[in-house]
Amino acid sequence: MTRIGQIGHRLYTGEISYDFIGHRRRWYVLSGILIGISLLALLLRGLSWGIEFKGGADFKAPTKVTSTSVQRMRAAIEASGVPGMTEATVNTIGDNQIRIQTRTLDPAAEVPKVRAAIAKEVGINSDQVAYSLIGASWGGQITDRALIALGVFLALVGIVIWAYFRNPKMSAAALIALGHDLVLTVGIYALVGFTVTPATLIGVLTILGYSLYDTVVVFDKVRENVRDIKASTTRTYSEAANLAVNQVLVRSINTTVIGVLPVAALLFAGAVILGEGPLKDLALALFVGMISGAYSSIFIATPLLAQLKEREPDMRKLAARVANRRQREAQRDQPAAAPESPVPALIDGEPATSGAGVGSATARSAGPRSTPRPTADDSVRRPQPQRRPRSQRKR
Amino acid sequence: MASQSGHPGRTLIVLAVLIAGLATLMAVSKNWTPKLGLDLRGGTTITLTAKNTSGSGAVDPTSLDLAKRIIQSRVDSLGVGESEVTTAGDKQIVVSVPNVQQDELVRLVGQTAVLRFRAVYAAEQITAPTPEPTASASSAPTASASAQPTAGASQTAKAPSTTPSPSSQPSASRTGNNRPLPGLPTAPPQKPTPRPTVEGKGTPPDKAIDWQPSEVDQTDFANFTCADKEKFGDVSDQPLFACDDTKTVKYLLGPALIEGKQLSSAIAGVPQNDVRWVVNLEFNSDGATAFETATRAIAQRTDPQNRFAIVLDAVVISAPSVSAAIPGGRAEISGNFNQKSATQLANVLKYGALPLAFDVSEVANVSATLGGEQLRAGIIAGIIGLALVVGFCFVYYRGLGIVVVASLGIAAMITYACMVLLGGSVGFALNLAGIAGAIVAIGVTADSFVIYFERIRDEVREGRSLRTAIETGWRRARQTILIADTVSLLSALILFILAIGSVKGFAFTLGLTTMIDVLVVFTFTKPLMSLLARTKFYGGGHRLSGLDPAHLGVQWLPGARTRRTPAPATRTAGTGAAPIPGGTTPARGGEA
Repeated sequence: MTRIGQIGHRLYTGEISYDFIGHRRRWYVLSGILIGISLLALLLRGLSWGIEFKGGADFKAPTKVTSTSVQRMRAAIEASGVPGMTEATVNTIGDNQIRIQTRTLDPAAEVPKVRAAIAKEVGINSDQVAYSLIGASWGGQITDRALIALGVFLALVGIVIWAYFRNPKMSAAALIALGHDLVLTVGIYALVGFTVTPATLIGVLTILGYSLYDTVVVFDKVRENVRDIKASTTRTYSEAANLAVNQVLVRSINTTVIGVLPVAALLFAGAVILGEGPLKDLALALFVGMISGAYSSIFIATPLLAQLKEREPDMRKLAARVANRRQREAQRDQPAAAPESPVPALIDGEPATSGAGVGSATARSAGPRSTPRPTADDSVRRPQPQRRPRSQRKR
Repeated sequence: MASQSGHPGRTLIVLAVLIAGLATLMAVSKNWTPKLGLDLRGGTTITLTAKNTSGSGAVDPTSLDLAKRIIQSRVDSLGVGESEVTTAGDKQIVVSVPNVQQDELVRLVGQTAVLRFRAVYAAEQITAPTPEPTASASSAPTASASAQPTAGASQTAKAPSTTPSPSSQPSASRTGNNRPLPGLPTAPPQKPTPRPTVEGKGTPPDKAIDWQPSEVDQTDFANFTCADKEKFGDVSDQPLFACDDTKTVKYLLGPALIEGKQLSSAIAGVPQNDVRWVVNLEFNSDGATAFETATRAIAQRTDPQNRFAIVLDAVVISAPSVSAAIPGGRAEISGNFNQKSATQLANVLKYGALPLAFDVSEVANVSATLGGEQLRAGIIAGIIGLALVVGFCFVYYRGLGIVVVASLGIAAMITYACMVLLGGSVGFALNLAGIAGAIVAIGVTADSFVIYFERIRDEVREGRSLRTAIETGWRRARQTILIADTVSLLSALILFILAIGSVKGFAFTLGLTTMIDVLVVFTFTKPLMSLLARTKFYGGGHRLSGLDPAHLGVQWLPGARTRRTPAPATRTAGTGAAPIPGGTTPARGGEA
């Protein structure tokens, strides 16, 4: 764990850093491919909607499942005298439950017959056959409501995020990442052929919250890092954003792990103990969506934000200034090239430290830089001053 | 809230008082367990969607409320306890009855009949599709108990009725909800004359008694078979072709004389000096007048026109004959009733007159065994989830794991208390989706701690002392936690407002736990951290506290009271240049 702590620390200071933003194309392409597959799956295979959306009846009865259970049950319901039973789906859940799904039935006239037939087949009282029945038009209403909820949610969240960051670009990047997660989750459903139930929809709407949550954590740090960026020439917006991603990486992983753990428990209980049902459906959607949400906030949302921001004239100027200064510095440093001055003169940035002298985190440049950096250990022993006088710090 | 740092103890006491208050409330109401939803304890939930009897359009809220009360009384008439009938949204009525799996309930509730009284113009025995029961064509239906048509082709077969039909006028009072299923084939052989489907163009009730069938009506009636009953809408000011509920007699009926809502009561009973069951009707004043006028006119006529039909949802449930005008708004339907059939007819008459028509949208019927299993699975999932999260926190945050456990424990206590109390006060019932919401919330709540702890690390890395880091880290973490929880709350709120059915339960618990999360983080976790920072174990960065230098990723703790490793100290001394780390003054100036 200590090791993770140290990795976290080095990520924080920029000592180790992955250039998420510089490599954005790679991740865009990856996401593009995934989204392409998802959309293709959606178009070609479509979603398999549960009876809750298209209407139908679903009966469940406890029984000792044998190899002939399905066949015998099929015969039993076909003999019930209710028409249309040949198209019913009969399957077993685990080894002690049988499920029969049919078209929607008349609750007063047909359900009792089918129920009685099932009960007789498995040898229980008719009242012990659990069932749910959904009218055809009702399913349409549920779908409509879900779509409305989705639309309202996206709109409101866009407003909230915009109000919070006071920045439409952050809002846009967050929403695009959200759309990304949505498409991926739906795509996985289409690809694997999981049944979509109302519980799935709850799950999807919840992951929207989660995905945003992850993005908010990252963007919060970005915002902090770029607060005074225009006044300095230490780093470009992209670099500041990249540092932010690196800094919150451990946190993002932790929050995702902690979020996923209970969901994994739900998935276990839903799939192993109950076999089928809302727990499994919900947990599955959450599971897929949360992982996708963590990924998208780091690999999609932030690079996207940086890209959008870099288009602003101010940020372009900043980038030019930074490049300019780096060039000058490179020229100046060239002759010196001394290992003694490993710390470039840029102790303006965020991770600047107060306790330089006591050997804690040393100030470091941000972003991908090739300048050799001292490790905490040898910087302590080094006799030369580790920071410049305050007068020289501000630029 | 940052000012709390000064009085962490005080905040904790306030929280303790709050929890004690919740516990007291539970004790006062003697209610220690949350109300469970029907999917967790077994029972039947029926969702009905109202539609206006006049066709489409908005549903009048008062009608919906009235219908709700009528359905409630129907359910109560079954004698099941704890039933609950609520309206949901602008056109749904949700009926939930625990521990009942009977088909009877669904039929009774789904019976969304429009009750009308009409004059009979013709009655005709029709060929039943099954071996003919002993029935006389002329007079009243005398279908016997065996007259259960097996209705081979008919999709609208009614439920198997075990009630023997009375052999005199009133036929069996039980009517299934005989509306045809959507999308199912019905075979209309001949096209009857189209008829108006909206009210307003026909005969008003006060003229209805003088109505005479036209030739078209006669022809159509001759062609009418019980199978195409639904071809003719039950429009109050139009004539109606209808069958009795065994489909053995078809009737040509005049426009409505009296509407169901003019009936004020129907009671089954045995009159004095008699042993036979009858149903006593009582009309309101309008109804009484109309009934008197109608019966006076009808009594003059000959059979079958001396009868009036009680039509429920276009099915003739009874067609008694009248021998004299009946004044006073009271009537008695006699026949070969037993107690059960008389009571049923009375109930149908009394509660049948719903102001709205309903579709049974959803029926969820969970057996007690399945419910128990779902509850068990939910609890197991909760325990596993909690254990995993706590385990992760201990492994990763070590001593701080105690803070996580304590905070989650407090959050769980408050959540539980809220669920119990809301169950008692507003009828909140915990369902499976709700349990799932609570489990997902474990993650949301623990996330807040992660954000805070990581912030503390960040602050320490930036050179702050632990105690300062706990305060400044909090100020930063606070807004992240708040915005994240706002988003979470927003999604819960939208789900709650827009969703229907069990989704609501999920949204509710998620929203509730999110708010509790904010409460706990602000009034428990943060003050606890402030207090712990004063202890040697945590504040000194003990190896197991989760706040030790190595764990935080720094060489040693700036500003720590106890320097555990001597090495940094000498180093500091060695450099000479190092100022004594000012634990309280962050060197990096500027904002917090």
